[in-house]
Amino acid sequence: MLLLGCVALLLGWAGIGFAGLLRPRSVFFTGRILFPLGALLGLALAALGAASLAGGGIERLVLPLGLPGLPMHLRLDPLSSVFLVLLGASSGGISLFAGGYFRAGEGTAPGLLCLQYHLFLASMGWVLIADDAYSFLVAWELMALSSYFLVVTQHRIPEIRRAGFLYLLMAHVGAICLLLCFGVMQGGSWLFTFHAMRAAHLSPGWASAAFLLALVGFGAKAGLVPLHVWLPEAHPAAPSPVSALMSGVMLKTAVYGMLRVGLDLLGRPVWWWGLVPLILGLFTIFYGVLFAAVQTDMKRLLAYSSVENIGIVFTGIGLTIVFAGSGMRVVAALALLATLYHCLNHAFMKSLLFLGTGSVLHATGERNLGRLGGLIHRMPWVAWLTLIGTLAIAGLPPLNGFVSEWLLLQSFLFADHLPHAFVNLLIPMGMALVALGAALAGYVMVKFYGVIFLGQPREASLAHAHDCGWLERIGLAWLALGCLALGLAPLQVIGALGAVTRQLIGAVVPQASAHWWLLAPVPGRPVSYGPVVFLTATLAVVLLTALLVRLTYRQRVRRAPAWDCGFGALTPRMQDTAEGFGQPIRHLFQSFFDIERELPAPADRAPRYRIAIRERIWKLLYEPLSGAVERLANAAARVQQGRISVYLLYSFATLLVLLAVALLS
Amino acid sequence: MTHLPLYQQLLDTCAALLLLLSFAMLSQRRVVTLVNLYAVQGAVLAAATLLLAWRTGEGHLYLSAALTLALKVAFLPWLLHRLIRRLEVYWDTEPLLNVSGTMLVGLVIVVFAFALAQPITLLASTATRSAVGIAVSVVLLAFLMMITRRKAMSQVIGFLSMENGVFFGAMSASYGMPMVVELGVALDVLVAVLVLGVFFFQIRERFESLDLHHLEALKEHD
Repeated sequence: MLLLGCVALLLGWAGIGFAGLLRPRSVFFTGRILFPLGALLGLALAALGAASLAGGGIERLVLPLGLPGLPMHLRLDPLSSVFLVLLGASSGGISLFAGGYFRAGEGTAPGLLCLQYHLFLASMGWVLIADDAYSFLVAWELMALSSYFLVVTQHRIPEIRRAGFLYLLMAHVGAICLLLCFGVMQGGSWLFTFHAMRAAHLSPGWASAAFLLALVGFGAKAGLVPLHVWLPEAHPAAPSPVSALMSGVMLKTAVYGMLRVGLDLLGRPVWWWGLVPLILGLFTIFYGVLFAAVQTDMKRLLAYSSVENIGIVFTGIGLTIVFAGSGMRVVAALALLATLYHCLNHAFMKSLLFLGTGSVLHATGERNLGRLGGLIHRMPWVAWLTLIGTLAIAGLPPLNGFVSEWLLLQSFLFADHLPHAFVNLLIPMGMALVALGAALAGYVMVKFYGVIFLGQPREASLAHAHDCGWLERIGLAWLALGCLALGLAPLQVIGALGAVTRQLIGAVVPQASAHWWLLAPVPGRPVSYGPVVFLTATLAVVLLTALLVRLTYRQRVRRAPAWDCGFGALTPRMQDTAEGFGQPIRHLFQSFFDIERELPAPADRAPRYRIAIRERIWKLLYEPLSGAVERLANAAARVQQGRISVYLLYSFATLLVLLAVALLS
Repeated sequence: MTHLPLYQQLLDTCAALLLLLSFAMLSQRRVVTLVNLYAVQGAVLAAATLLLAWRTGEGHLYLSAALTLALKVAFLPWLLHRLIRRLEVYWDTEPLLNVSGTMLVGLVIVVFAFALAQPITLLASTATRSAVGIAVSVVLLAFLMMITRRKAMSQVIGFLSMENGVFFGAMSASYGMPMVVELGVALDVLVAVLVLGVFFFQIRERFESLDLHHLEALKEHD
């Protein structure tokens, strides 16, 4: 019954989308009626997913839709339920925000945007409940196409069209790998239902090939380095609610696919498979956070931060597979828990941050960090709600980002029990990288928040910035509330996620502590975390300090101008800039970046300083690759001669060869 | 050599004539003669069909023979002659491969076609090896003619001659195709010629010539 409800809700989303075409130019109709309605459906979907997760059962459904003889198989199990909750709950906030965000005159008409947006939502839901390769891939492609059109909403700008093309290209490269992966996994039965794939017995070689193909296919969608290149282009190009949806939710569908293939369809995984996502994930964390630290475009910065978070998630997947393949079930369940938890967290906090940048963008028209600043005075709602997301993604307790990273680090600690020499020594070193990544993520978030919201406005025009409307506020508040709830009630979340670990690993993480407020998930180790206690203590200390300061210094406050080193004319432009803040990282990790500097000459009357940072990966990997493809295409184009005689000769030769083959055989 | 019945000898003669006519067309550069040769080929084909109809007593083969006579001996040559007069293309230019070279390639093709006919003859009890071999040869020689000619007109005649070969092959291997298919093919050929006629006028209007090398500029890539 729950599955039928899900199908009805997904169809409802599609219906809302098409309803947008009724009055395509009306901002009021789409923004105030359709988008909030879509948000309601999202919340209903989350509720259905939560109910299914609590039940822990599996529902199946065969819909006689699609090609003749190929009905659509659907299935609702704990794994898809978790991701349905993620999709429904975070899209609820994003849709509300989007209702207030989209205005007339921004590229695509609002009605059409509403169609693309809701089809995007519905296809993501469809990916999660698909139970055969056909419906999965159809939904997957629908998701890629609808999001492509959303990315190129402002299609009159050439850079945005280019970003959209890059996104579409990477999406298709990934889809080809998935197609091959499913082709391998049917294992000679030529049945493409997931049920048949679970039952298929693949030789170890083929199973490994399927796993690696899935890793490339889903990695391209998720943004695993080196397949992440579309993220920093597409996210800034898309409107903010779309960036939020893509980064917060769509990347997670790739994670879902990876878990589905790696832990469910391929049966019991081989332990060394896990090393590949583990190493790539660790590298992705490091790479993503370094590039995030040197960005000056706020949405680009967030895109690289998404890359980093996907790295954390894939590290978790890798650990899960390594542990599960080595028979350490409880620890594997712990790693899987950390992975799923981080997916949920990232969906809320990254959506929140992208929406925050959207509000800033609307209020100021500026994405460049160098022209923002001091917005907390002008936009208090956006600033304070975004602060919650910033703290969460920086991994500070008592918010949610801390819980999942803490769980992940805990599961790393068990790697020394692995029965493989060297690996059990090397994996704990990955922990250092995760910790470094978390620290640098904190650094990045200080830069992000400090430069945009704190200090003085760097431009005079920022004085006219206005706070966001009420729909946007509700959307932001919902997501911030999600961050708080996920941070403060980890026990409940972990209890609910137990159904998934039981389904995929066959084990649950035991709760070692008897207290409802104390999280102690690690068997046999005296580690625990009480977020409520932490919050209470923090609040108490802050309040006490404030009280003491007030009591001690009351009546004795003296206001005086700040000392300006005798220079005199201080302007807001003399604050630390985004470039300046990121400079130490740029300097320390210079070899990672492809830096192009333009320094002014000493005698220059109008000095200009310009710095452009590109990824080395373009020169190392993508440019040689695209050159090779182009050469190949040119060689193939020689077949086209333009002469009818030559074309006829092709047919003639083909005919003769075929006849000769027929004659000889 | 075994003594063949009279009708078989006549049929083989027709087949030999068809092959001879194909070679004649391959070497002919005058477009008017080409059309005439095509008409003669049609007449031989009609005679062979009539012979087969008389031998097997199948009614639809008589109809088929009549259709061939009307279409391929009378109507299409008349249409082509009219086109030639109106377009004023009496001569094809020098073919891409000179005549003797083309003839040599044609010989190799005939040998190949006969080798190919062997297994088909074993399958079909009705056909003689020479008939099937010649049918395939006619198709391939017509194809060769289309490749080597420059003028659109010669290529259309090659195309029509190819259809003759297919028709003869079907007839000798299985006493003709079903009536519906035969009528359909006849209609196709008719429509193709009419459409191509329109194309000729368009091409000439655009390039002031029917030489197909003008179309080479239409390709996408240099």
